[in-house]
Amino acid sequence: MPIAAGAVGSMSPICADVLQVTALIVALALVYRPFGDYMAAVFASPKHLRVERWIYKAIGADPDAQMRWTAYLRGVLAFSAVSVLFLYLLQRVQNHLPGSLGFSAVSPAQAFNTAMSFVTNTNWQSYSGETTMGHVVQTGGLAVQNFVSAAVGIAVAIALVRGFARSRTGDLGNFWADLVRCVVRILLPGSFIAAIVLVACGAIQDFGTWHHLTTLAGDQQAMPVGGVASQEAIKEFGTNGGGYFNANSAHPFENPNAFTNFFEIFLILVIPFSLTRTFGTMVGSVKQGYAILAAMGIIWLIFVIFMSWSEFAHPGAALHAAGGAMEGKEQRFGVGSSSLFATSTTLTSTGAVNSFHSSFSAFGGGIALLGIMLGEIAPGGTGSGLYGMLIMAIIAVFIAGLMVGHTPEYLDKKIGSREIKFAASYILITPALVLIFTAIAMALPTPIHSAANPGPHGFSEVLYAYTSAANNNGSAFAGLNANTDWFNTTIGICMALGRFLPMVFVLALAGSLAEQQPVPATAGTLRTEKPLFAGLLVGTVLIVTALTFFPALALGPLAEGLS
Amino acid sequence: MTTGESETKTSSETKTPVENEENETSKDAMSTTTPVRAPEDTTADAPGAPAEHGRVGGGVFDPKQLWKSLPDACRKLDPRVMAKSPVMFVVEIGSVLTTVMAIAKPGDWFGWAITAWLWLTVVFANLAEAVAEGRGKAQADTLRKAKTNTVARRLTSDVEEQVPGTELRIGDLVVCEAGDTIPGDGDVVEGVASVDESAITGESAPVIRESGGDRCAVTGGTKVLSDRIVIKITTKPGETFIDRMINLVEGAARQKTPNEIALNILLASLTIVFLLAVVTLQPFAIYAKAEQSMIVLIALLVCLIPTTIGALLSAIGIAGMDRLVQRNVLAMSGRAVEAAGDVSTLLLDKTGTITYGNRQAAEFLPVHGITAAEVADAAQLSSLADETPEGRSVVVLAKEKFGLRERHEGELAHAEWVPFTAQTRMSGVDIEEDGIARKVRKGATGSVVAWVKEHGGSVPEDVQRLTDEISQAGGTPLLVAVEDVHGARVLGVIHLKDVVKHGMRERFDELRRMGIKTVMITGDNPLTAAAIAEEAGVDDFLAEATPEDKMALIKREQAGGKLVAMTGDGTNDAPALAQADVGVAMNTGTSAAKEAGNMVDLDSNPTKLIEIVEIGKQLLITRGALTTFSIANDVAKYFAIIPAMFAVAYPGLNKLNIMALHSPQSAILSAIIFNALIIIALVPLALRGVQYRPMSADKMLRRNLAIYGVGGLIAPFIGIKLIDMIITLIPGIG
Repeated sequence: MPIAAGAVGSMSPICADVLQVTALIVALALVYRPFGDYMAAVFASPKHLRVERWIYKAIGADPDAQMRWTAYLRGVLAFSAVSVLFLYLLQRVQNHLPGSLGFSAVSPAQAFNTAMSFVTNTNWQSYSGETTMGHVVQTGGLAVQNFVSAAVGIAVAIALVRGFARSRTGDLGNFWADLVRCVVRILLPGSFIAAIVLVACGAIQDFGTWHHLTTLAGDQQAMPVGGVASQEAIKEFGTNGGGYFNANSAHPFENPNAFTNFFEIFLILVIPFSLTRTFGTMVGSVKQGYAILAAMGIIWLIFVIFMSWSEFAHPGAALHAAGGAMEGKEQRFGVGSSSLFATSTTLTSTGAVNSFHSSFSAFGGGIALLGIMLGEIAPGGTGSGLYGMLIMAIIAVFIAGLMVGHTPEYLDKKIGSREIKFAASYILITPALVLIFTAIAMALPTPIHSAANPGPHGFSEVLYAYTSAANNNGSAFAGLNANTDWFNTTIGICMALGRFLPMVFVLALAGSLAEQQPVPATAGTLRTEKPLFAGLLVGTVLIVTALTFFPALALGPLAEGLS
Repeated sequence: MTTGESETKTSSETKTPVENEENETSKDAMSTTTPVRAPEDTTADAPGAPAEHGRVGGGVFDPKQLWKSLPDACRKLDPRVMAKSPVMFVVEIGSVLTTVMAIAKPGDWFGWAITAWLWLTVVFANLAEAVAEGRGKAQADTLRKAKTNTVARRLTSDVEEQVPGTELRIGDLVVCEAGDTIPGDGDVVEGVASVDESAITGESAPVIRESGGDRCAVTGGTKVLSDRIVIKITTKPGETFIDRMINLVEGAARQKTPNEIALNILLASLTIVFLLAVVTLQPFAIYAKAEQSMIVLIALLVCLIPTTIGALLSAIGIAGMDRLVQRNVLAMSGRAVEAAGDVSTLLLDKTGTITYGNRQAAEFLPVHGITAAEVADAAQLSSLADETPEGRSVVVLAKEKFGLRERHEGELAHAEWVPFTAQTRMSGVDIEEDGIARKVRKGATGSVVAWVKEHGGSVPEDVQRLTDEISQAGGTPLLVAVEDVHGARVLGVIHLKDVVKHGMRERFDELRRMGIKTVMITGDNPLTAAAIAEEAGVDDFLAEATPEDKMALIKREQAGGKLVAMTGDGTNDAPALAQADVGVAMNTGTSAAKEAGNMVDLDSNPTKLIEIVEIGKQLLITRGALTTFSIANDVAKYFAIIPAMFAVAYPGLNKLNIMALHSPQSAILSAIIFNALIIIALVPLALRGVQYRPMSADKMLRRNLAIYGVGGLIAPFIGIKLIDMIITLIPGIG
């Protein structure tokens, strides 16, 4: 071991960080094609597996019926409403359930918040997992939602892709088939493999009761248990982020070492990035997928670089000695891995954390915040990342398309007033939720008492909470006591509106696109598979977000960081 | 109405260069009645010199127009009018609020300054629209003069009665004689007359209108110059062509186009986003102990919302229509102009658009043992009595190629002329020079061969080969034969062909680069059509085209998602004109055609379709460019205003004041002034349209992004800094 430590010690942390990022990109690139194509095949396949047939029979769905966007949306909303209700009740009667580990029923506000949080793929946690939730709620309720909420996101994205791929039809596929297939053929097998890797690397998987130990010093210590590895796998794979334990991926049982940390970041990013391949394959031009991938990748890389830079460069003698801003970061991971994790979790809708964003440097925290503000699109959550980026692509195409003297078209579909109406409504929602809820919270006398810090940092905590909720990220800036009736309720509402209102517009848009007849591309058409367009898309995303949130950011992270 | 007069003047001034150029083309169009046309005078309308004209240019912008349109701009401050433009409506509400606050606190110079500039922002926006409309108004005034109360001579069962023009109903018959103004739109049902249509087309040369056929349509307000015609009225008073024209050029009939609506939605949503960003800022500011005054918040809002494009959007649309009017094209809807930009298939009539419209001699091909010069000499001689265009072209070619002076009929003694007739299909001359009789003939192959054989001559073997070659190339062979002391024999062959206008190939290449496919429509047989298509460089052709074929072609293209543009003038073109996304009817055409199309070209020049497409594209590009510019501007404004607002509470934010603006007040005021002035600065661009050259979409995007995107980021940094430097010189501020 000393030799290994010496070897590591001889490599500068920045160099190690660069190598890690490179390895991550290589790993993602290796699975991109096969995995993306596999997902495309899953949703295009006419065959049903036997287990899927059983599920359809059980829920009484006809998996071959084609749905218009309204029917598809009804499926999404009905399924999610039932899920919320079920999860809420499960928490409320927890004390009567087996394996409750002696925990009492969850309070109404917190149960509402948690139900919304897991159904919306946000996984905001105003509770500590190890001291609130028993086995049944964790595994039968929360873990199940980790799968299905991710699958709902992917299903909606697939419906939008079908909207582009299909013509002169209103049909977007079948929600139930998309949902079930996504869980059965993608998320379950993927998580299974991931869980085994995690267990092999030291994450725990134990359904017993807590272990009580006596430490060397003679103190009593309680060791929590649970199906951690399995939940950890889908937590990252489905960009959920709800930790088994309060410490989330900073907890050694969830994320034991540098390799699992790397592996978890890989899991977070693999579906959102690979979905661009699925998209490209389904619309019949993988190049179009590459353009979206490039835009996502560029933004991700820019953020990784800025985040790492701001953490490594943090001024101050103590920090200099530590080689960067180590406060709130695990010694196991260090500055580089923590920055990479933080960037990846906030640019997807994951929200899992292996370090505390509140303790990052002011700019680092600001970058995490801005990452979420982008709307989870680089590469974003499972499904939501793809549809979010496609909406931005439509906005970019609209403005740029005009500049080439053509009514804007994207993927051979005209972007007319109907499409712009839906796309513009989509981009309005999350900024509106973030700003309005934060403004109300700041205007009221009590909510700010939850903030642990005064001044701009306290404001950042509140802003981060609503930004995280409205964008379904789920990570917390920490420092904010969100387990109050006010925050539980408003954040719960924020999560629900931030998840389902955009889906309404995405599906409406998909329906409108599917009805169109394609316009063949000519030399006069804007080429959306070219690097120029990818660059334009990056610019549009950054400028639109920056303009919306600049004043708020100025009063939070910027005010703190520039002082 | 000094305004109106001087605008008329400006308008006519701006039109002059266009008119000069169009005069030539109009003559061509007029010449359909006398189809003889020498090649020289058509070069003017050929798009051979695209660099000089033919490119989309705009009317010259005269700064005086701004001043003259000021009263109109102020009238537009009416909230009911303003509400049509959501962005500028927000600015107007903001101006009202700051005014109230400035009055409440009259000693605050900053409040008054912001208020004044906000009002100016609104007025500038209205000014842009008023100037754009003003140009149309001038045109409308001219048209109204043509429309003055006419008295119609209505025919009821052969009895004439005098009724006011406004009382005419569809189906009424009216009589017009020399000197009468035609009381309404209609078709000539009896007689033929020359009509002065200058009131509408601006073209002073009269045109012929006659009953039956494709030249029967007459327009109300035009004047009969000779003869007597009976007209059947086809439109109700108030809905005549001239009425519609007045509405169109005045902008009264203007409706928002689909793309404009979409852009408005996007702008409205951006406005809402910024409204939220500013409204929610106050609680944040209070928390930061830096509560902001309402005036500052409104100033921030106005700076952020896309006022530049919001202010210029409708002016861009009006100016787009106006650019068409300047080219003597009337678009019946803005939708059609926009569609023109999207057109991916152009159907072009061969005759008049791609070729000069008649076959012309292109070559003299001698048979074995004869020189080309001999053929040319004989051909010229035999064509002197041939007054058909083909015959004239032989004479012209002989002169061009062999310097053979045209000989006149009187010049040659003892000449007996044989004129061309449809029966003989030959022309020629029998002459006696120095006592030697010589008979020269030129004509259709069959006729000449028969003539030679009749005179005991023989036809060389290579004649067959030559004529076949010409036919295969899509041309028409004419044989030249002679009978003299050596007997009757064929000298050679004249190659007649449809001459493609100069520069067409380059034009079509350009269109191809823009992604537009060109399809040539012709009544010729496929062989001839293929040869001309090849020579002109069109992508495809439709030979032996019937109206049904045309219609089927349009539908086929549209089924593939393409937008189709075409020109037409005949009644049988009407269904296809109606089906096409952009149907340009020639003004010389029938009223059915004009009714069916969504544009009318007053010059009746089919080549103009290409310009129409370019204007459509330019309209969209201008919108996109100014939208990009407007959004990119916001970055600099943030850097001006945010530090100004919060540097007191958080001194660190002063680092964002990268422009080193003098004081918070001067910073905010500079941003607001820049925001207002940029509107005025861009009015000429909005009216003229951004520079447009046919190039691939990628190139065009790169260029426009560099100019309007990057430029939009940088320009305000410089502009705001300059304004700040200037206003700090004002005592009391600096």
